[in-house]
Amino acid sequence: MEKLSRRHFLKSSATVAGGMMISFHIPAQDPSQETMIGPVAPMTTSELNAWLTIDPDNTITIRVAQSEMGQGVLTALPMIIADELEADWRDVRAEHADVNRSIRQAGVYKRMLTGGSGAVRISRPYLQQAGAEAREKLIKAAAETWGVSPQECHADYGKVHHKATRRSVTYGEVAGLAAQLSVANVKIKSPEDFSLIGLPKPRLDTPEKVDGSAIFGMDVRLDNMAYAAVQHCPVLGGRVRSFRFNAIRNMPGVILAVRFDNGIAVVAETWWQANKAAKALPIQWTIGDEGKTHSETFRNEYLAALGTQGTSVLKQGETLPALEVSEKIIESDYLVPYLAHASMEPLNCTAHRTDEGLSLWLGTQDPESALNAASKLAGVAPEKVQLTNCLLGGGFGRRAHTDIVEEAVQIAMEIDRPVQLIWSREEDMRSGRYRPMAAMRFKAGFDLEKQVVAYTNHSVTHSILRDLGAPVDNGIDPTSVEGLSNMPYEFSPKSITHTIKNTHLSSYWWRSVGSSQNAFAMECFIDEMAEAATTDPILFRKQYLANRPDLLEVLEELRQKSDWNKRLPPGTARGVALHECFGTIAAQVAEVSVNNGKADVHRIVSVVNCGNLVNPAIAEAQIESGIIYGLSAALYGKITIEKGRVLEDNFDTYHVIQQSEVPIMETHWLLSGGDKWGGLGEPGLPCVAPAIVNALHKITKRRIRSLPISDYYLQRA
Amino acid sequence: MVRIKVNGEFHELEVELDTPLLWVLRDHLNLTGTKYGCGIAQCGACTVHLNGTPSRSCSIPVSGVLQVDIVTIEGLSSDKSHPVQKAWIKEDVPQCGYCQSGQIMAAVALLEKNQNPSDSDIDNAMTNICRCGTYTRIRKAIHSVANVSGSKT
Repeated sequence: MEKLSRRHFLKSSATVAGGMMISFHIPAQDPSQETMIGPVAPMTTSELNAWLTIDPDNTITIRVAQSEMGQGVLTALPMIIADELEADWRDVRAEHADVNRSIRQAGVYKRMLTGGSGAVRISRPYLQQAGAEAREKLIKAAAETWGVSPQECHADYGKVHHKATRRSVTYGEVAGLAAQLSVANVKIKSPEDFSLIGLPKPRLDTPEKVDGSAIFGMDVRLDNMAYAAVQHCPVLGGRVRSFRFNAIRNMPGVILAVRFDNGIAVVAETWWQANKAAKALPIQWTIGDEGKTHSETFRNEYLAALGTQGTSVLKQGETLPALEVSEKIIESDYLVPYLAHASMEPLNCTAHRTDEGLSLWLGTQDPESALNAASKLAGVAPEKVQLTNCLLGGGFGRRAHTDIVEEAVQIAMEIDRPVQLIWSREEDMRSGRYRPMAAMRFKAGFDLEKQVVAYTNHSVTHSILRDLGAPVDNGIDPTSVEGLSNMPYEFSPKSITHTIKNTHLSSYWWRSVGSSQNAFAMECFIDEMAEAATTDPILFRKQYLANRPDLLEVLEELRQKSDWNKRLPPGTARGVALHECFGTIAAQVAEVSVNNGKADVHRIVSVVNCGNLVNPAIAEAQIESGIIYGLSAALYGKITIEKGRVLEDNFDTYHVIQQSEVPIMETHWLLSGGDKWGGLGEPGLPCVAPAIVNALHKITKRRIRSLPISDYYLQRA
Repeated sequence: MVRIKVNGEFHELEVELDTPLLWVLRDHLNLTGTKYGCGIAQCGACTVHLNGTPSRSCSIPVSGVLQVDIVTIEGLSSDKSHPVQKAWIKEDVPQCGYCQSGQIMAAVALLEKNQNPSDSDIDNAMTNICRCGTYTRIRKAIHSVANVSGSKT
């Protein structure tokens, strides 16, 4: 076994009884684990259930099944458990949950995928249940020790108290006994009793991120480790025909080359040596017709496909006759490019094949898929694959894919040493899995009173699900029409159609997925409709949202907070956008001016309703994070294809915003409470582009219908 | 064999002279706090101090730093007590955290040269990229070290 973290070995010897909660089954400790790690000192650390352990010194370690990629799950999810646990927050530590255990123990950590803004949104109820169950075990253990009824005891700040006799005991003192007890029918708190949820607690992972000690995938260091770099075919879909290893064999440090279908990895003593040799390696490629494609060709093909009928996604009434009798019809086409994720940490994975099995170290959003992919490729049973999920240097969807794992495992099978594969920034950016390209056509008909009497929308989108081999036989990829098929405006009749159109590039989840492109097109066209109806854009939206009081409230709050009706200096304007995704409503107003042909974004005001907040400080950071990510995409983001090759390969050509371009961001919460716990990692993003573009129209009097904005030379009208 | 001075200690290493300082730090000295982000001095994740000047170690060959005092994030303090580290903790700046070593090194160098940087001084000095968008808190943390309340101009 490699040097795993100390905690990896510290498994409790206590047996945990299972099955006390509906759909919350805690299996007994796996006995095979003890044979693997040898005898464990009795009662050093007590495991109350799969989600948490308590040390004699009261240290509480909470396992987090979602991956920390900046969104704060290593803090927010422990807060949910610790709240129910009545823990003293100062005692709480957090770590990623062990995916190998989840695989061996029938999915004990339930959902381990990180995506869909789902950490709080999806896992909150069972995390509360886990915390409450542990709390009741601790109370029961204290009561047994004292010979009193658990009903007479209560827990707070990491202690159990017996009020009548004024006795108390710390969690650390009774955890050993508590771990051996079982409790049934545990109830979670009412929201008014929350003690941690709702507080702006500092992040638990901040201290290790200010002194370089935080361990990201790329920071894993193992004895005798080699490094690998890769050269992929510059045209996606192209294959290796031949390569001349002899040309690099004598370069410093070079150990071997490993052939993949679409590229060659070079292994060396250091990564610099590996990458230098990989770049120098002569490779002959087999490239098909995809080597003749250009972005311009794609654009023309997508726009042409807008004219085809498409597959019906939603149809209410008959739009054709309604359009025929319309007094006025407006029609617009929108277009968005492929986008790279460009996480700060280029993709990497460390792998080691040993006699016992396979060990992996990486930061992944989908540890189960990573483990299973590795297991399959290496021919090693899943339970014999150990995966240490490190911190992720950004993910944004990209780190859910297993491509990097598959390459690392193929290399590990060829060498009797641990190997760390790192894709250079250039490989990371050129090697696919982009936010899909899409084209969208909208048409709206108005009557004499300027009321909307017909609405149609046809989208042509590169399908992520088709790239993943998932069935989209009915012609619709639901992720491609997010925000279009469920748009909230009451236009009737309406018709929404879709066409799947894939190119040789590959696509993947990108922060906010379909909403990232669809909110742009949709909310810009809504502005065009408002203009056609000669109505204020916020008023126009409200007019068609009568049955959505939650959206109306958000818009009204935004109107006020953004100073919508206040005058701005000449050459400055405000634009609005509204969107709902991942259970959260967000609306934004952007304040923008035009300088030297470019958009200058001064201020973005957001109003967000995600129902409830776990940690307002992290939540605000997530909204700002979505805005900044969306701003880079709106202003600069594009992947350009020439002869089938991706031209942008680093931050000099794939521009992202810097400190000097950051607008003032104001986030206002309009929380409706109740059972609504919407996601926050993504909903800050979709409105950014349309809010800016709608503001720019007021300044330039020209509609921007494609991204990025930097493709246009902007001028005041 | 090269001899370099990192965080006050001398190291003698077998390494090709064209190896960028970044990879010497990471792969030879296991100082992994300094990050690889782009390799072309664009993103700043690899920022270290060379005789006090913030420099992008991915694009500087080790042969160019033989007579230089090199300070990495690990050399700022042994206990997170550097005023900039403390400000980063107080403002809870990091999200994913990958770029923050470089951001902090850039901020330390800025504040050593200019104890009271204006917003435009910060704009000019802090060209490091952050994909999580922690920029607002970075600005706030720098101002808090300078003990001046700043507002975006």
